[in-house]
Amino acid sequence: MVPLSWFIGLAVVLFMIGAAGVLTRKNIIIMLMSVELMLNSVNINLVAFGHYHGDLRGQIFAIFTITLAAAEVAVALGILISLVKQRRIFNSDELDSMKG
Amino acid sequence: MEQIFFIGFAVLAIVSALAVVSLRNPVHSALCLMVCLFQVACIFVLLRSPFLAVVQIFIYVGAVMVLFLFVVMILDIRKVMLGSLVGKRSGFVYAIMPLVTLEFLLVIFKGGLGKVASNIPSGEEVKVAVIGKELFTKYLFPFEVVSILLLVAMVGAIVLAKDRDEGA
Repeated sequence: MVPLSWFIGLAVVLFMIGAAGVLTRKNIIIMLMSVELMLNSVNINLVAFGHYHGDLRGQIFAIFTITLAAAEVAVALGILISLVKQRRIFNSDELDSMKG
Repeated sequence: MEQIFFIGFAVLAIVSALAVVSLRNPVHSALCLMVCLFQVACIFVLLRSPFLAVVQIFIYVGAVMVLFLFVVMILDIRKVMLGSLVGKRSGFVYAIMPLVTLEFLLVIFKGGLGKVASNIPSGEEVKVAVIGKELFTKYLFPFEVVSILLLVAMVGAIVLAKDRDEGA
């Protein structure tokens, strides 16, 4: 039987890898993939706690999280395509048109 | 036996996650992310949530990753790969992230949570029928809200990605 702390530990490691990716990489596509990693690690936490408490709400919440992640990816990739088409921007540090 | 499987899935997930954030080519990153999401689906099976594992494979490994790969293909990969790999302040992040991770793991395994977290699971495998019943009765309102949000996101994505010139 796998203890609950293993699942939480795995989720923490995945979350930190994703956070490091968001903070260090400049490529917007890779940053989005790192955000997906972080969302997934949170899902592991939700399902693990739900399973170990015999509670269905963890799974229900995880389903909603997956749906929101799909919506987020669709909108973010739409924004990225329009950025590349209009201004040839690929990296996050070129996004400075709102800078004062 | 279950622990061996967990360790295998976890190691593969962590290695592929590291590959996602460190590889230069976005296509390789997307494929590694696919492997990582598949491992997470396997973890869901270990957590007796087969429905969620199937949803994970359908939506993430199927839809989201195809979307990522399509966008990488539409955009010019060579242009994407040009320039430096990481930003300016990444050294600081690389220094601080392992420390924070270590701190979290210490809290989880050595702290008070360790005792609470090592109890025996009370949950059995949840049947799909039960999830569907809950989703359409108790959680009907959030379900409808999420469906409207998906519709809005779809319309927004189409509007954003559309050519401005041929519209109007």
